[in-house]
Amino acid sequence: MSTGAVNDAAPAPAATPAAGVIAAATEPVFLAQREFHPFEAGGETFLYLVPSAAVFYLDEASHSVLQALDRGPASEDDIVAALGPRFGESAVRLSLGELMRVQAIGLTTAAPETFPRVLPQANFPLTTMVLNVTNKCNLACTYCYEYGEDKIVDTTCDPAPTYMSEETARQSVDFMFEQSGELPVAHLTFFGGETLLNFKVLKKTAAYARERAKELGKDVDFSLTTNGTLLKEEVIEWLAENRVGVTVSIDGPKETQDKFRVFKNGMGSYDYALPKIKMLLERHRTRPIGARVTLTRQTLDVPRIFNHLRNELGFWEVGFAPVTTADGRGYAIEDTGFDHMLGQFEELAQEFLEFALEDRHHGFSNVKETLEEIHKGVSKAFPCGAGLGLMGVATDGEVALCHRFAGSDDHSIGSVHNGLDRKRQFEFLGRHHVANKTDCSTCWARPLCAGGCYHEAHVRYGDTGKANLHYCDWIRSWTDTCLKVYGEIAVHNPGYLEQFD
Amino acid sequence: MDHLKAINRKAQRIQEHVGAPGAAVPVPEVGPGGGPAASGVPPGADPGDMDVVGLESGPHIPLGCSLVFAPGWEVDSTGGTAGLCQPVERDLFDCHLACFWPAHVPDQLNHAPDWTGKCAAAQKDWRKIDLIFP
Repeated sequence: MSTGAVNDAAPAPAATPAAGVIAAATEPVFLAQREFHPFEAGGETFLYLVPSAAVFYLDEASHSVLQALDRGPASEDDIVAALGPRFGESAVRLSLGELMRVQAIGLTTAAPETFPRVLPQANFPLTTMVLNVTNKCNLACTYCYEYGEDKIVDTTCDPAPTYMSEETARQSVDFMFEQSGELPVAHLTFFGGETLLNFKVLKKTAAYARERAKELGKDVDFSLTTNGTLLKEEVIEWLAENRVGVTVSIDGPKETQDKFRVFKNGMGSYDYALPKIKMLLERHRTRPIGARVTLTRQTLDVPRIFNHLRNELGFWEVGFAPVTTADGRGYAIEDTGFDHMLGQFEELAQEFLEFALEDRHHGFSNVKETLEEIHKGVSKAFPCGAGLGLMGVATDGEVALCHRFAGSDDHSIGSVHNGLDRKRQFEFLGRHHVANKTDCSTCWARPLCAGGCYHEAHVRYGDTGKANLHYCDWIRSWTDTCLKVYGEIAVHNPGYLEQFD
Repeated sequence: MDHLKAINRKAQRIQEHVGAPGAAVPVPEVGPGGGPAASGVPPGADPGDMDVVGLESGPHIPLGCSLVFAPGWEVDSTGGTAGLCQPVERDLFDCHLACFWPAHVPDQLNHAPDWTGKCAAAQKDWRKIDLIFP
C-alpha cells in the first residue's frame, strides 16, 4: 500500500455476547445501522463498510435486515417478527449476527465510533523520492501550479538555484537510500519545472543511484515526468536503456493542448511536441508510457482526449486530474463542470468495465488505481503518502512534503544535507490525520479520499489540513461508480481482480 | 458466514477474524445502565484525542499596527517606515482585516478579488501586489 499508514487492522472482537445476537440481554436492546455505503452491481447488492473499507456481498435476507433498519433503530425481536415469515427465524437471527460481526449494524447503546488516530512509526521508510532537478520550464502553461496565479514559491525572488547541482542530486540519492530503511527497492522520480532541461544532472544522478544501490544490495527504479518538447533521439535511447518510466504531461489533441500548454510567446506546444512524443512511443518499449491530462473548464472533453492519447497516439495509460486552482479562476472547473466531467468519466468507466470483463487492457488509469485500492480495502489515515512514504526535494536540497511543495519554506521537513526534521514531520502528520478532519467524519468515502490533496487544499483554502470540500460530491459519485465497476467485475470476471492481490 | 460473502481482501481478513461459527460479536464498551462508557473515551485512548478540533485554533489576532496615525498608517512621523511597529508589508495583510484603524486596500469583494493573487507569502512576494486603478 503506497500510503503506508493505513488503518488496515480488522475490527477487534469484544468478549460478549456470543451466540445468536444479543441473547443474554434481559431488557430489549435496539439495533441500528452503522456506517456503510450500499451499492448494486451485476444484479447483486454489496456493502462497502466504513471505516474498514471491506466489501461484502449481501444475500436477500441480510439485505432485508439492513433495509428494516433504514427507518431507524429496531429491536431484534421486531426484526425477526417482520422478516421471520419470509426467510425463517433462524436465517434472520443468523443474518443479524453476521451483520453485527462485520459492524454493519450495532447496538444503539454503543458509544459513538471514534477514529483511531494512529501515527506511523518514526522510522517509516521512504518509498518514493521526487527530485525537482530544475524549477525552470520552457513552457508557460497558464494554469501551472508552479508558475501560474496560484504558485506557492516565487522562483524569481527565491534564492534556490534554477538547476539542481550534481552534488545536491548525489546527496539526495544518499538521503533516499538512508530513508528507505529495509525496503529492497527505492523509487526515484525526476521532476521539474521541465525535467529534461537538466538532463545532464539527471543522467549522472541515475548512474550514481545505480552504483549506490549495487553497493547497498538494493534495487532502484526510475521515472520522470516531462512535457515532451525536449525529447530527442539520444534522450529517448537513454530512457529506454535505463528502463525509466515516462509520464508525458499532455492535454490531448491540438485544440485542447494548445489552449493552456503554450510557450512563453503564447504559441501552442502541440505541433512542436507531437513528433517527439511519437518517437518516444515508438522507441521506448522497456516500460509502459503514460499520459497525464489536466482538465480545465475550456478543455473538458474526456472521451475525445482519451481517444486521441490512447488510441491515436498509443499511450499505454491515460490519467486525468482537474486543474488545481483557487476559486474563481477563468479555467477552474466549477459546479456544472464537475457534473459534466463526472458524466464523461462514468462513460469511460463503463468502457473500462467492458474491457475488463474480456480481460483486455483499457488504459483509463483513474479507474484502475481506484479498483486496486478498493480491492485491497485501503482505509487511509492520510490522503496520500506526502511527507511519509513520498517526499519532494527542491533544487537546493530542501525536503518538502511532495514535489508540489518543493521550495516552500512553510512546507519544508528537512534537507538532504542535514537530514529530516522529524519533529516537523510528525507535527505535520499529527495535524493532517483524517481523524482531525471533522468534515470527513460522516462521509462514507473517507477510507479512499481522507480529505484529498494537501496542495489542492492549500491553494483553495490556504490550509493543507482542510478537507477539499469543493469536490466532495464529485469524489463520492466517482467512488460509487468505481465500486459498481468493482462489483460487476467481482460477479462476472473475478479472475481479473487477481492482478491487484 | 452464510448470508454475507467477503469480496475484497479486507473483507476476507475480517471474515477470517470474526466469521468463524461462535466467534464473538464485537460490541463496543457499554457503561453501567446501558449507556456509553462513562467518559466516552475508549479504554487505552488518549483523552486529548477527544478534543473538539474546531476549538483548537483561536481567532485571528493581529500582531500590531502602526502607532503613528498622521500623516497615515503607511509612514512614521519622519515620513519613513522605520518607526512602524510592524513592517509595512505586514500591515497590508493585518490592518485591513481586524484593526480599528483599517488600512486602505482595494475592494477585494467586488472590484479586485485577485489583488493579492500573486502574493502568496507577503515576506517574499509583496513586490508583486498589483496596482489597482479604480
